[in-house]
Amino acid sequence: MTSPLKIAIVEEDVDRSRQIVDGLRDAGDFEVTVLGETSSVTRRLSEIDPDVVLIDMANPNRDSLESLSLASGARERPVAMFVDRSDKDLTRAAIEAGLSAYVVDGLKPERIKPVLDAAIARFNMVSQMRSELEAVRTALSERKTIDRAKGLLMQARGLSEDDAYALLRKAAMDQGKKLAEVAQALVTAADLLK
Amino acid sequence: MSALTINCGFIPLVDCAPLVVAREMGFAQEEGLALDLHKQPSWSALRDHLALGALDAAHMLSPVPVAMSLGLGGLPTRIDALMVLSVNGNVVGVSPELAQRMRDEGWPGGFGDPSGTGGYLIAATGRRLRVGVPFPFSMHAELLYHWLGALGMRAPDELDVRTVPPPLMAEAMAEGEIDAFCVGEPWGSTAVERGVGELILPGAAIWAFAPEKVLAVRHDWAEAHDEATGRLMRAVARAARWLAEWDNRMMAGELLARREYLDLPPDIIDRALMGRLITTGGAFAGESDNFLHFYRKAATFPWRSQAAWIAANLAKRTGLDRVASIETGRACFRPDLYRRHLDGLGFDMPGASDKLEGSLNHAEAVASASGNMILGPDAFFDGTVFDPHAR
Repeated sequence: MTSPLKIAIVEEDVDRSRQIVDGLRDAGDFEVTVLGETSSVTRRLSEIDPDVVLIDMANPNRDSLESLSLASGARERPVAMFVDRSDKDLTRAAIEAGLSAYVVDGLKPERIKPVLDAAIARFNMVSQMRSELEAVRTALSERKTIDRAKGLLMQARGLSEDDAYALLRKAAMDQGKKLAEVAQALVTAADLLK
Repeated sequence: MSALTINCGFIPLVDCAPLVVAREMGFAQEEGLALDLHKQPSWSALRDHLALGALDAAHMLSPVPVAMSLGLGGLPTRIDALMVLSVNGNVVGVSPELAQRMRDEGWPGGFGDPSGTGGYLIAATGRRLRVGVPFPFSMHAELLYHWLGALGMRAPDELDVRTVPPPLMAEAMAEGEIDAFCVGEPWGSTAVERGVGELILPGAAIWAFAPEKVLAVRHDWAEAHDEATGRLMRAVARAARWLAEWDNRMMAGELLARREYLDLPPDIIDRALMGRLITTGGAFAGESDNFLHFYRKAATFPWRSQAAWIAANLAKRTGLDRVASIETGRACFRPDLYRRHLDGLGFDMPGASDKLEGSLNHAEAVASASGNMILGPDAFFDGTVFDPHAR
């Protein structure tokens, strides 16, 4: 019986790291540590001595992990990026999900694959949730702006709500702009004229 | 005719200028290229995206293609350097506290005395220096090892070299994680502006002609896309030639300042572009015409001997075979493609593709196609001469 894999996750966002930890828990028996503070990552990692390190590809602190790939002392273990270099599909999937993984050299691919599969799935899920949330937020704030613009027109020109909306739409179409942009311009102008 | 799209990665640094100029000043368009520039969050992300095909080309630290071809670091891949994008341009800086300790030891200050300043630096640190570089495989790391190594400091016992991404260097100084740094501009000047660093030496004072960034592509990509490779090289080489004019450099500063590139005020970018550095609050370092080259002194030419020097150093530090490493390294730099694709455009071609690195103490005329090529100085501060063919 081999001891459970030691996995370190470098991630400042608590929600995101929790998602990944949950995903890994479902995938098998691992010893997972989350490093939330990026400043002391290299020192913490040498204390934990993990088999696998997972980090967001967009994390600028990733470069500080690169030196791990060069074992400079006898006690340090060389680290390779990604599991099995022959498994290009897995590597590509990880990159597309925005995940980079550092794996201790010599670890068997079958031990790593479930880890990466689970992490990739969670990374994708979190990214998707984020972009959906972002879309909802944008839609909400656009609607607020349009409502304000409508109100300004109703007040200034004595229009009904429907007519104010129609006027905004027509202006947007004439100028080849988005409704929200025209509304924003009107709101900004009105604020300036106050 | 629709333009051919080339996706090119870059890191926000002054020396990505040839790529920005190639795109913004129409040199890419003249070659029928849509040069899409993608800002990368880190050197490792840039390297991985290039290796796995998400990018066609990249602004790369000159040692990285050699390291990747030697199988060092993540994702070993055969990467070629088509041409050199910039020569020199790095600065060494220390924290205000360390600068004060150096002054206490008798350092007179200044920005150009590698032996003297290095001696005071070593004396002031008690033979233990934490220094930040942007990447383990970088000219910054090589210059530091060469400089402080020649003055008697030993890595890793006395010289603790840490990796810090360039835009985060000032932050790492402010947090007290490092005592000194070697970084590309404008990130040294940013540390000066924030009051967390004093510049003590330009990289060029250690090695007067150090290849800093290269235009890198996958070896397979260059093989499969010869036509596109040529167009890309011509567009970028013309941009480099445009950057040789001081008037144009000012305009380049405005382009680089834009949000999609460096997203910083142009005056801090101009310091490196114009060779007018400020070392610490208000101290002007004087003018230098050797601080950063894009074109003069055949800066764009990818000398095989430059790759050999990098490979020899990497081999020595990682325990790889010297002769085999030099051979692999030399093959990464592609003067053959440079000669073929830039033929007839007024780019002078040197007679040889190797030179004795560090042999020129002054500018000298050398054999070339036009007969009036000026090279040098390219000396190392300690007089080292590197012969790429020595066993």
